[in-house]
Amino acid sequence: MFGLSTMELEAIQLSLRVALWGVAWSLPLAVGVAWLLARGRFPGKILLDGLVHLPLVLPPVAVGYVLLVMFGRQGAIGAWLFDQFHIQIAFTWRGAAIAAAVMAFPLMVRAIRLSLEAVDRKLEAAARTLGARPADVFLSVTLPLIAPGIITGVILAFARSLGEFGATITFVSNIPGQTRTLPLAIYTLIQAPGGEETAMRLVLISVVVALAALAVSEILARRAAARLEP
Amino acid sequence: MTTTPPLLEIDISHVTAGLSLDISLNISGQSAVSGITALFGRSGAGKTSLINLMAGLARPDRGRIVLGDRVLFDSERGIDLPPEQRRMGYVFQEGRLFPHLNVRGNLEYGMKRRAGNGRGLSFDRVAGLLDLGHLLERRPGGLSGGEKQRVAIGRALLSNPELLLLDEPLASLDAGRKNEILPFLERLRDDPGIPMIYVSHNMEEIVRLADVMVLISEGRVLASGDVEELLSRLDLRPLTGRFEAGSVIAATLAGHDETFGLSRLAFAGGELLAPRVDLPLDTALRVRIRARDVTLATRKPVQMGAQNIYRGTILQMEPDTGSRMEVLLDIGVPLWARLSAKSAQELKLAVGMSAYAVVKSVAIDGHSLGRRRITGGGAGM
Repeated sequence: MFGLSTMELEAIQLSLRVALWGVAWSLPLAVGVAWLLARGRFPGKILLDGLVHLPLVLPPVAVGYVLLVMFGRQGAIGAWLFDQFHIQIAFTWRGAAIAAAVMAFPLMVRAIRLSLEAVDRKLEAAARTLGARPADVFLSVTLPLIAPGIITGVILAFARSLGEFGATITFVSNIPGQTRTLPLAIYTLIQAPGGEETAMRLVLISVVVALAALAVSEILARRAAARLEP
Repeated sequence: MTTTPPLLEIDISHVTAGLSLDISLNISGQSAVSGITALFGRSGAGKTSLINLMAGLARPDRGRIVLGDRVLFDSERGIDLPPEQRRMGYVFQEGRLFPHLNVRGNLEYGMKRRAGNGRGLSFDRVAGLLDLGHLLERRPGGLSGGEKQRVAIGRALLSNPELLLLDEPLASLDAGRKNEILPFLERLRDDPGIPMIYVSHNMEEIVRLADVMVLISEGRVLASGDVEELLSRLDLRPLTGRFEAGSVIAATLAGHDETFGLSRLAFAGGELLAPRVDLPLDTALRVRIRARDVTLATRKPVQMGAQNIYRGTILQMEPDTGSRMEVLLDIGVPLWARLSAKSAQELKLAVGMSAYAVVKSVAIDGHSLGRRRITGGGAGM
């Protein structure tokens, strides 16, 4: 396809799969955390806020190492997952998805939290007087109103996941077909003599994928915003 | 008089930022149960806070709220129904339509969530009553202020409430839009007969719509009862009168004078000629007569361009701001007149003196007339 080599196709497919799964798994959690941070009043809120933002300020390699310690075969979560379900995280594409999700999480939470804070709570009160229970109000009023924020968060997180490098290579290494996503493939190519041309092609492909994601986000966000206006 | 169970019993105290509410109120009687009860007071008096407490959007510090036979809140028994179980429709001052739904979606929101067996007014009936048929597919953002409020009223009605709370629904509208909505409110009052509590600080709206009135000042109920009765009470005048100087009298439509296009309204002081009122004979009316449309004479005027002349005794004289004087006359009902301080002096007016009040018949128009409903009962403290 388009004269791409197997290695290149593999890297593209893997990158998309890792980013999509990473975003899909973290989205419900991000909405929940954004809700807690925007609306919740509980002790330790500042701690939670800090924890969520940590991947944004830590060196990605450090995050990758922490993930390796937790999810490795000897790690607390990794050992349990393997013993119970025979699921291996470290050095697999699942681990790459987790690394991508963790690194992109703060961006997603921020976007959703901002739109939650902008929701007119009087509309939610009106929904209550019309007979809706709190969970119903969330699904029928709050969620549609924050849709533009969710779309922005998802696209930001998706783009961040596509570009994830440091945490991924530390946590799940650079295994062709398993964990060698686009950035890792580019890195590998420029390490070896004669790979510059292919590396440049992958860079261009990265540009195209990123632009496409941004375009889709723009269209979706406009459509969602138009639904909220006259 | 038949004993109708009270519509609403409230006995609560509540302290919010800058206001301490201490309300004891019993709204009962035929005219409240099937009509409009006005909650009147200046801004900041606690009107909106009070209906938020009724709707369950805020929680009183202590007390009891009972709607019909249902206890909505009782601090002693630990009862506090959430808003969605109170069955109070709420029309907010700013409409609060859902921006992500079109008009139809907004109207159906409460209808889909009706309690119990889903009885109540049908969608088509409400759309018809409020003339919403042509707006159904529109978005709230593109509606005019008046249209938005009509949708908000329809949305609340369709949730099948036991009581409809309206928080100054016309306050954000200009005069033209107000007059566009008032007939709809009159229609709702007369037809489905859902009891309504109407918060307002506009006396014109109250005279036109409400039969029963509750006066609120600084978080307390100052008085409650029939609108005409409360508005003729002198002791309440600092509260009721400063906004719209005038008197409100109860009258019935006695007949028409076809030649001149006039109607005769009978009241306790005689008959009042007004521009033709297109209502059936014997309709009970409430007439607001502004003080500036009433002038006084010490001798019976002859050859004057006003037909409404009444003899009465001066009860009270109050210098108004600046050069004016407001005079209260007992002509069978209390009637306020406003004249210049200079004329008052020239006429040598004094309390206890007898005088003639002259009311311009053209002064009475559609805005000063309200239909009274079967009275009896009212609100008690």
